Amino acid sequence: MLNALWNDDAGGFHPASAPDFLPEKRLKEVQLRRLRAVVSRAYERVELFRTRLQERKLTPESIRGLEDIEQLPFMVKTDLRDTYPFGLFASPMSDIVRLHASSGTTGKPIVVAYTQADVEVWAEVMTRTFASCGLHRGDILQNAFGYGLFTGGLGAHYGAETLGATVIPISGGNTDRQIMVMRDFGVTALCCTPSYFTYLVERAAELDADLRDMPVKVGIFGAEPWSDAMRTRIEEAANIKAYDIYGLSEIIGPGVASECEAQNGLHVFEDHFYPEIIDPDSGQVLPDGEEGELVITTLSKKAMPVIRYRTRDITRIIPEPCTCGRSIRRIRRIGRRSDDMIILRGVNVYPSQVEAALLAVEGTLPHYQIILTREQGLDQMTVEVEVTPEVFSDEIRAMEQVRSRLAQAIERIIGIRVTLRLVEPRSIERSQGKAKRVIDRRGD
Amino acid sequence: MKLQQLSLFLENRPGRLDAPLEAIAAAGINILTLSLADTAQFGILRLIVRDWDKAKQVLEDGGWVVNLTEVVAVDVEDRPGGLAEVLKVLDQAGVNIEYMYAFSSYRPDKAILIFRFEDPDQAVKVLLDQGIRALDGDELIHADG
Repeated sequence: MLNALWNDDAGGFHPASAPDFLPEKRLKEVQLRRLRAVVSRAYERVELFRTRLQERKLTPESIRGLEDIEQLPFMVKTDLRDTYPFGLFASPMSDIVRLHASSGTTGKPIVVAYTQADVEVWAEVMTRTFASCGLHRGDILQNAFGYGLFTGGLGAHYGAETLGATVIPISGGNTDRQIMVMRDFGVTALCCTPSYFTYLVERAAELDADLRDMPVKVGIFGAEPWSDAMRTRIEEAANIKAYDIYGLSEIIGPGVASECEAQNGLHVFEDHFYPEIIDPDSGQVLPDGEEGELVITTLSKKAMPVIRYRTRDITRIIPEPCTCGRSIRRIRRIGRRSDDMIILRGVNVYPSQVEAALLAVEGTLPHYQIILTREQGLDQMTVEVEVTPEVFSDEIRAMEQVRSRLAQAIERIIGIRVTLRLVEPRSIERSQGKAKRVIDRRGD
Repeated sequence: MKLQQLSLFLENRPGRLDAPLEAIAAAGINILTLSLADTAQFGILRLIVRDWDKAKQVLEDGGWVVNLTEVVAVDVEDRPGGLAEVLKVLDQAGVNIEYMYAFSSYRPDKAILIFRFEDPDQAVKVLLDQGIRALDGDELIHADG
């Protein structure tokens, strides 16, 4: 099945003919053919999409070249909420083999559907993800992404099995057992969120287990933004190579893009997911190299085609070819989202800026939390940072210096005075999934 | 001639002092002396115990960040000017005291002072040159009983 998918234009299978290495011209042909098919499918079967095209006097025939995608309307997260649960499905339920859903923490959950073919495409792109992170048959993968309604666990699971790796479907949580399994089963690769991995390393140290002494050599991390400084820390603490992967359940789950051995941007599997970068304010498409909001079109999804989905993730397409030889384009790793921005007294602040500042001050592990409050009408930002053995001193003066160094580093980057509180180790709640970095109490 | 002192970081909130003290009490460890330095935000608890390595383990297992520092214990005459004489010796030799605290002694005429020096070895030498002896662990252990 994998070979068939990689050769849907009937060329003979050869590793170099895998879509990651397709010459640009061939890739564009595949993309256009698939774009026309997915637009036709959505137009015929999804009322919301058809209505929006009709309002713009467009039909599927309006798509003659790839650039015509710019005429199509955007889809946003509320489109998925407003049509809850099944309003965007383009396949009858009898063809749908899987449903996933978001946690629904910010309202109604969003529901996504997969046909058998969709599940196979998902396995294929995750296979390509693991392959680009250097995994192959013989690797033992501890899959600590959550299984269940969240797309991470099962998405990674099928991809790793298709690759021929041995999968341990341990899911998230139960950290002590994760460490026992990692050691006893000779795990060579692990996937989870980067914040959970830092917790794992920390917990392992408490149990006198050092990941550096274990065979694990690759970490595949996704589902939340993380910084290059955090990568360096993770790689040193566990003696592994740490790769960033990218995906979102609205599109398919993990498997939209992946880093390769070059660790310099994420290759988008653009034969299945067509990327555009737009100006988040005007909606205008920006040329490769310019920073903006990532918009993705699913080119092969059957059960729930998603066309021009605004991801809210801020990145840019890297125009230069990659040293790994893959021809599919890369996006810069996602440092921030257009909607996790904090507006503090009229200034835009991103949690990633705070993280970068904390990491720049030597010896501080990224266990921190940002708390926003309003006092007498004025927004206040407090950053709580856990004290680590590396920075702890028995002298008050030294601890005050640590505190002011951290506060100053943050102020220098964001330009706002913050209150910095040193807190006891382990006093900030650990997350088993996506880290909750910001607590906004300004409305309380 | 030097002693191991345990320090731990505490947030300055009600109840934060209880937990570590209960943890070492539960392990059957007696505190010879302690000092608490605090700011509005946080405090540093410094402890002298006999079984410092066991106490360190207990506290670390309980999730606290524990620091081990070498301190110097000196017994001085428990009379007006007793401390001043020791300080004068250190001052004249240019020895910097990071901090100090005191506790009463097993002998009614002596008080014990715990000093944290930047350079404990140099400080011990300076004191010895002037005939002031630092207490070793055994002496201090017997100091409470």
